[in-house]
Amino acid sequence: MSKRILVVLSLLVIASMILPACASSGSSTIKVGLLAPLSGAVPTFGISTREGVELAVKEWNDKGGILGKKIELVVADSQCSADPAVNAANKLIDQDKVKYIVGEVCSSASIPVSEIVNQKGVLQISPTSTNPSVTVDANGVTKKFTFRACFIDPFQGLVMAKFAQGKGYKTAFIMFDQGNDYVRGLAEAFEASFTEMGGQIVGKESYIKEDTDFSAILTKVAESKAEVLFLPDYYNIVNLVGAQANDKGVTAVMMGGDGWDSADLDVNAAEGGFYSNHYDPGDTRPIVQDWLTRYGAAYKDDKGNPKVPDALATLGYDAANLLFAAIAKAGVDDPAKAAEAMAAINWEGVSGTITFDAQHNPIKSAAVIGVAGGAKQFVESVAP
Amino acid sequence: MNASITKKPSFFETIIKKRYLGKGFLLALAILATWKLVISFAEGPTIFIQQVVNGFQLGFVYALIALGYTMVYGIVRLINFAHGDVFMVGAFASYYAIARWGLNLWLVKLFPGLPIWFSTMIGVMSVILVSMITCALMAYIIERIAYKPLRNAPRISALITAIGVSFFLEYFGALPFVFTSNFVTYERPFTVVNWVISGQGIYTLQPGEAPPDASIIFSNISLYIIIISLLLLFGLNFLVQRTRIGKAMRATAYDKPTARLMGINVDGIISVTFAVGAALAGAAGVLYATAFPQVYFVMGIIPGLKAFVAAVLGGIGSIPGALVGALIIGEAEVLSAAYISTPMRDAVAFSILVLVLLVRPTGIFGEPSREKA
Repeated sequence: MSKRILVVLSLLVIASMILPACASSGSSTIKVGLLAPLSGAVPTFGISTREGVELAVKEWNDKGGILGKKIELVVADSQCSADPAVNAANKLIDQDKVKYIVGEVCSSASIPVSEIVNQKGVLQISPTSTNPSVTVDANGVTKKFTFRACFIDPFQGLVMAKFAQGKGYKTAFIMFDQGNDYVRGLAEAFEASFTEMGGQIVGKESYIKEDTDFSAILTKVAESKAEVLFLPDYYNIVNLVGAQANDKGVTAVMMGGDGWDSADLDVNAAEGGFYSNHYDPGDTRPIVQDWLTRYGAAYKDDKGNPKVPDALATLGYDAANLLFAAIAKAGVDDPAKAAEAMAAINWEGVSGTITFDAQHNPIKSAAVIGVAGGAKQFVESVAP
Repeated sequence: MNASITKKPSFFETIIKKRYLGKGFLLALAILATWKLVISFAEGPTIFIQQVVNGFQLGFVYALIALGYTMVYGIVRLINFAHGDVFMVGAFASYYAIARWGLNLWLVKLFPGLPIWFSTMIGVMSVILVSMITCALMAYIIERIAYKPLRNAPRISALITAIGVSFFLEYFGALPFVFTSNFVTYERPFTVVNWVISGQGIYTLQPGEAPPDASIIFSNISLYIIIISLLLLFGLNFLVQRTRIGKAMRATAYDKPTARLMGINVDGIISVTFAVGAALAGAAGVLYATAFPQVYFVMGIIPGLKAFVAAVLGGIGSIPGALVGALIIGEAEVLSAAYISTPMRDAVAFSILVLVLLVRPTGIFGEPSREKA
């Protein structure tokens, strides 16, 4: 007897959990979850992202929302780490009943979250996770419900190859750290694109990350008379190589990826070089300048001056806008329909005009930044 | 019949006893390496000479570090694994001297009338001196605290303590209020000047100018490194061979108890040895950071190990051995990076260590060890 009562009770409990979910589909708001690291190792990443996303939500709501419904943002802390991110995603989906998630910021957290959203049919767009496996599973199949707003790493190799060609350079020498996937990915992409566009790779040398003496390689670079030295490593290696390149009579123009983007980049060593990045506030396109003004009006720094948006805020803003535009385009509040609309979208964001390839990676332009006269300056926006 | 068989060692026994296998392997390797070098030279003589110059630059820095290993080992029979980290502290000390106090420019500021090359040279010497003194003082303190209490303990205890001191220096240095755990761009104490040596003669290369074909670039960095290293080497040789304190060092190395009976302050001599070795590492730190301008809290590990290999190759305990060993290691590294493959450089350097230990454990200049009971 008591067993039957238990069964009935538990059925009741389950029903009470399911019923409100059914009821909410007819509600007057669209709930969107934001997964961002607001504590843990990189809280500044999360704060920037949240600012960008909140501004996008506010702007859409001021225009009347999506499909006549207001957007309600639910923020969850993911700590840039797999377990807390999974818990936060489950809470957003099961408890807060969100059908759309913006996040996560870090690839290591975005990957497990993408498993959950694809099981539960929730649409996810990550603003800044660059790891290829965020949108593609182990078998190489694209995850239906997962997108990202940033380009993946090797894409920068393509952009820089195009930029070098545009400058009229025909020969390049590649230096890369053989133990670093990021560096190798960029180097391979650069080599493939540069040769495809008619350029010639006159030399390719690998090193290990503990190396400090690059004299042997740089002597070869000088000997090869390459016009471009492609070095897609982090700023510390760039500082060392740049300083020694000057000592060895290397006149090639150094180029690299967003690993160069650091306050600690030695501008004397990297003088004359170029690197790519997701976004640069020096970009002269009107949409970027407009974004700077709106962001500055909404957020102030400690001294009360308008804040300059960083790449995370910009990509967070773009990711949220892409999501809302996809829902609006789908015309119904349904993640599956919105995912289809997103895959076919062509939308002008702050970080470039975005379309998606078959693997849900955006095809968009990258900002190229030059180091000249001891300062980093925006040079141009390069479309693939 | 049996007796005659046991008297005559078998063919295989001879091979093992006389280390023919190892020696043959080494010989084959040496022939291969020489062949490769000759071919490389024939293919591009100027680029080959350029790589050799690069190798010398590295080798002389290793020599200064290797001397510290050799001196300490020669007297205390301790491999001071913290030596590479003393080198790191030397590099950081000079970084602060240059970037914070502008010590390399003191003469230029005080007497602007002096010729600039003279002022720069004195400035560089002052920076090196500051690093040497810092390292010497630090090594003296480390010796008193960490090694002296273990003087009569088994050798392995001192070795493990040395590893502990090494970690202490690295991670104490990584603290934000000591040095930092970041990569720091090093400000060179002098402006780099490159000279081009080609068939037309010697001239100065302007920044951003490409050198002509078939030319060799020689920078004042290499010049400073070679001159300062040679000066310090001769200084050290003078100290050990010609002074009273050097005589006491040699006596201590030869026989500690007897030296003590002869009225030599053995503990004092050992402390001085540590300090002198550390001072050389400090100078090496300045030169290394000038050539490869970045300082970092674990920057000493790899150069320290390479210098240790150099000291073993030259014959640990021998001062000329340290120089020769270091030059060989420097050249082996750069030439294998240039003509085999860059990631092979460390493999080649450490393979040399294994080969030396297999074939001639005493090194090139080493004497057969005279172990005392």
